[in-house]
Amino acid sequence: MEIYELTVHELVDKLEKKELTSEQIVKSYLKRIDEKEKDVQAFVTQSGEKTLEKAREIDSKREKGEKISNLAGIPIGIKDNMCTKGEKTTCSSKMLENFVSPYDATVIEKLNNEELISLGKLNMDEFAMGGSTEYSYFHPTHNPWNLNKVPGGSSGGSAAAVAANLVPWAIGSDTGGSIRQPSSLCGVVGLKPTYGLVSRYGLVAFASSLDQIGPITKDVEDSAILLNIIAGHDPKDSTSMNKEKKDYTKALVRDVKGLKIGLPKEFIGEGINEEVKEAILETAKKYEELGATVEECSLDIGKEALAVYYIIACAEASSNLGRFDGIRYGYRSEKFNNLREIYINSRTEGFGPEVKRRIMLGTYVLSSGYYDAYYKKAQKVRTVIRNEYQKLFEKYDLILTPTSPTVAFGIGEKSNNPLEMYLADICTVPVNIAGLPGMSIPVSVDKSGMPIGVQLVGKHFDEETIFRAAYTLEQEVKFRENYKPEFKK
Amino acid sequence: MQISDEEVLHIAKLARLNLPENEIQNYKKNLEEILEFADTINKVDTANIGETIGINENYNVFRKDEIIQNSNKDELLSNAPSQDEGMFRIPKVIN
Repeated sequence: MEIYELTVHELVDKLEKKELTSEQIVKSYLKRIDEKEKDVQAFVTQSGEKTLEKAREIDSKREKGEKISNLAGIPIGIKDNMCTKGEKTTCSSKMLENFVSPYDATVIEKLNNEELISLGKLNMDEFAMGGSTEYSYFHPTHNPWNLNKVPGGSSGGSAAAVAANLVPWAIGSDTGGSIRQPSSLCGVVGLKPTYGLVSRYGLVAFASSLDQIGPITKDVEDSAILLNIIAGHDPKDSTSMNKEKKDYTKALVRDVKGLKIGLPKEFIGEGINEEVKEAILETAKKYEELGATVEECSLDIGKEALAVYYIIACAEASSNLGRFDGIRYGYRSEKFNNLREIYINSRTEGFGPEVKRRIMLGTYVLSSGYYDAYYKKAQKVRTVIRNEYQKLFEKYDLILTPTSPTVAFGIGEKSNNPLEMYLADICTVPVNIAGLPGMSIPVSVDKSGMPIGVQLVGKHFDEETIFRAAYTLEQEVKFRENYKPEFKK
Repeated sequence: MQISDEEVLHIAKLARLNLPENEIQNYKKNLEEILEFADTINKVDTANIGETIGINENYNVFRKDEIIQNSNKDELLSNAPSQDEGMFRIPKVIN
């Protein structure tokens, strides 16, 4: 087995037993990137050779017996919307093509404290707006299972890089499914934590009441390890919650006896691909065999949640993206005669079509005369959706749904139809609307060999139950042992 | 859902975006389609239901009003497209 095929917990094991050095690990990944990046195109910026220097430093510290994190010297990939000091953070946008952050995001500080080594910044839909990574200003990313398919999005570069073994794990961000959907489409594990569990300080804002950072990993255990690092209260993010620190790896128990799982019938009905539906039912059956109770229930809010999402997310985005004015940072047009023209021309030339579309929609729903009908109404419906989940969680510990209604679609297939692209988010968006934690776990592949993921949704701040159920399922289906991406052309 | 060309241009003006003539129809169509879909929410009964503004129970998070030096001026200015003597440089606003 190649080094790059190992999970992080396996790598840590080998580092501890001195069977591997950090330099060997980093070298293995750099070589892999050299071979496969041209096909996958997951990166915006690669860290390159300087990572080897860092690895050798850590190896020498470890050799001398200095006190370092057991994760020191493990590589990682970072979605390109998280600020990294002294390095480019582009958000895959022309607007930030040359932006070098003067500070680190809180999650990056946390990764640095563990002495993880960043292999680079990963591609995404521009400003995280999209579900296919086709809206990147630089280039699309290709799905490692079939290079003609999208990897999903917006954290498509992160999910594809983990699936292709270009990085051992990555961090992504999720506003309406941007961690879970690409994880599902690329056959990896993606977790969107409860809103408020991970600090958003230094994450370039898209929709502040929905955005959340989370791990994209090869398996469930790595996901728990990475969440342990990034979770926690941060005074720099007033929406981050001051909760007791947990060790999520303790929840990795192979036992679901007595667990109550709800299976909303609306999420396996109309619009859901037959093979995806089969995979969900098969998963439900497995859970029952393992001693959990799975019961069909009703959660008839999919369409409403999607409508609420596109109103609230675009409204917040139009406000958040108001800061890009060509004055303090970011792209400035060369064509202007006065201040106003700097604003207009810099924004017009710096933003791509999807970003502009969402700014337009957000500006519309916030504009005088429409605010009550759209924005205010959407916030009320948001309460209704939260209440619906709350009712379900009085009866169930977890809710099981597909992550995506279909497997990965072809590059170019949906990019010209925004509404159709938005409908692909129907299984993930409601979870963000309610601020709940959700994880996508790969379970099988369809006839064409493309991965299918299932989504487990838990109660607020109850990531543990998700980890327990996901871990148990993973041991049963053995996805990584049974299926591997083939880089089909 | 019908939106006029004037409305599209008004929204673009508010958003500080310049829409070329040949893109107006495209934006109009996109907006109309998405807003029509967004109308789904009007079927939901929200009588006596409050708005969700923030999703968790945090409310009015305060901190002590202390002076902390948390960034360096030169670093913050280093991304400016144009700067002069420690200030952002913009075209003349007052004649």
